[in-house]
Amino acid sequence: MAAPDLTLSFAEHAAAGRKLLVPYVMAGAEPDWIDTIEALSLAGADAIEVGLPFSDPIIDGPTIQAAGIRSLEAGTTAVSALAELARRDIAVPLVVMTYYNVIAHLGHERFAGLAIDAGVSGAIVPDLSLEEIDGWARVCDDIGIATVLLVAPSTSPERTAHVCSRSRGFVYAVARMGVTGERSELGDEAAVVVEKIRHTTSPPVCVGIGVSTPDQARRVTEVADGVVVGSALVRRLSEGCGPDGAAAFIGELRAAIDA
Amino acid sequence: MSIMGDPGTTGRFGTFGGRFVPEPLMPACQELEQAFREAWSDPAFIEEYRGILRTFGGRPTPVTKCHRLSEHLGITLLLKREDLAHTGSHKLNNVIGQALLTKRMGKTKMIAETGAGQHGVASATAAALLGLECTVYMGEVDTQRQQLNVFRMELLGATVHAVTTGSRTLKDAVNEAMRTWVAEVEDTHYCLGSVMGPHPFPWMVREFQRVIGDEARQQLLDDEHGVPDFVVACVGGGSNAAGIFAGFVDTDASLIGVEAAGGAAVTTGSPGVLHGMRSQLIQDDQGQITEAHSISAGLDYPGIGPEHAHLDEIGRARYVSAGDEEVLEALQMLARLEGIIPALETAHGLAWIIREAGGEIPHGSTVLLNLSGRGDKDVAQVRAILRGEG
Ligand SMILES: Cc1ncc(COP(=O)(O)O)c(C=O)c1O
Repeated sequence: MAAPDLTLSFAEHAAAGRKLLVPYVMAGAEPDWIDTIEALSLAGADAIEVGLPFSDPIIDGPTIQAAGIRSLEAGTTAVSALAELARRDIAVPLVVMTYYNVIAHLGHERFAGLAIDAGVSGAIVPDLSLEEIDGWARVCDDIGIATVLLVAPSTSPERTAHVCSRSRGFVYAVARMGVTGERSELGDEAAVVVEKIRHTTSPPVCVGIGVSTPDQARRVTEVADGVVVGSALVRRLSEGCGPDGAAAFIGELRAAIDA
Repeated sequence: MSIMGDPGTTGRFGTFGGRFVPEPLMPACQELEQAFREAWSDPAFIEEYRGILRTFGGRPTPVTKCHRLSEHLGITLLLKREDLAHTGSHKLNNVIGQALLTKRMGKTKMIAETGAGQHGVASATAAALLGLECTVYMGEVDTQRQQLNVFRMELLGATVHAVTTGSRTLKDAVNEAMRTWVAEVEDTHYCLGSVMGPHPFPWMVREFQRVIGDEARQQLLDDEHGVPDFVVACVGGGSNAAGIFAGFVDTDASLIGVEAAGGAAVTTGSPGVLHGMRSQLIQDDQGQITEAHSISAGLDYPGIGPEHAHLDEIGRARYVSAGDEEVLEALQMLARLEGIIPALETAHGLAWIIREAGGEIPHGSTVLLNLSGRGDKDVAQVRAILRGEG
């Protein structure tokens, strides 16, 4: 079975008015992480962001940092995680999220090849800025991996246009200035960022970083095309909710954004 | 680009350097670069910076000729005395510059990382002087090893935040400072302590430290030593080395950077990307960053500034290492023969000189060592080790 493609599938969903739901899972943080990904794909996720652990994750807060440490301590590597993914057919697009040194160390071509073999069709590399992305993005364009870029509350309108025109698959709108982690209150910065992006031509817009509850997801998708939910799910998994609990949480989020 | 010149808008030193930061921090890095470019060509800013270093910081620091140790080693050994600058090390040169820039950008807070505490103390000092709020991120392990420095920072009005993530040492303090910077960038400047991190930090910090090299060049001319055969400095991130190298890079002097053997990013590392820069790093075969270990917390950084990686690549500087034991010997030798207790970091540079005098350093050579800091902060640790308790 050919792996589902992020760019095609998101464009179709967005055109059909379906709100996009993208949960994040740290590869290797729990022994049954692959089962969790499969469960999420059947419970209403439109794509799954798969974190590959790095020793120094500077845009991640305590919850995802801890998941990364668990994963590294369990011996997870980019190669081992991608090999495990390659053994499963997942029905929705997969987007890897990792830091640039993990990719650079394997080499652009080798990493991209392993990712394609694993059914991955998108990549988020948060410390690879627009200014530094060319070498990696060229390899991704050639092989068919969508390079998803970030727009932040601090990004100027002019820069937003450049970032959006280079972003593939979707644009990741950073909901607030800060690292990943759950927030009880989501301010209106997210709406401002999405508004800024709406003034440019761009792929669908998903809001992430800090979105934690079904209600927040619903409010975010009133302005954006979709939502990324990370720490709230990673915390549940770390507390032992397992694939079924993850699927139940994604079901709640799905119901909220479809309502 | 001329060697040790302006790295331009991309911040590249050959293949090293750059700006590898998450999008939320890009605008802050660009704003900082622009502010630094303008300030560094503004005579009023430069006068204020130099004025503070002169009337508050104790500059110029002298050059001391070692008589007994020179005779012992068969070379002429000269010391650039950064230990005599206020707060006891070269770190003040950089923080005064960055604290002035913080005000110029209209920001009211500074955050800083620290390992041994020298950069933290210097940052707290500059913040007190200029009326800025200051928070220092320090690995929990280091706050326990350096309790007196934690108290010094608090006396100076700073808040010390013990970092409990990762390995709880310097690299994690940098991570945590960067994470905080993302959230507070609007009113907060990140005062990085060495020639590392995303552009413009490696260049900017070198420029704020070049006062060491510029002064020393003139002082050696005035004292008729001329250009030395060797210019030697210890290297953690590489700021004191970059500062003194900058004054001699256009001469025939051999430039030698001495890393800790347990943290030798140039000799045992490989290229990679960490903390916003591409440089030489200590990492495992999967690109995970590993911890550096040495007797001196100030050198326990798993990377090196990108300009040093470049100077190594083009062969203009050479990077070597020194081990804990010879470093302790060197510290005691300088204390007994010259009446100067150097910082453990600094003693790495001296250890290489002592080892190589008559070997790689031919007898009769003139050697300039950047005496980057005084050893007061280290005496309790050295005592414990020498008594077999460490
Ligand atoms: C006295 C002294 N020398 C050197 C260093 C290492 O830093 P750098 O390589 O940036 O000069 C430190 C760092 O704490 C220090 O305190």
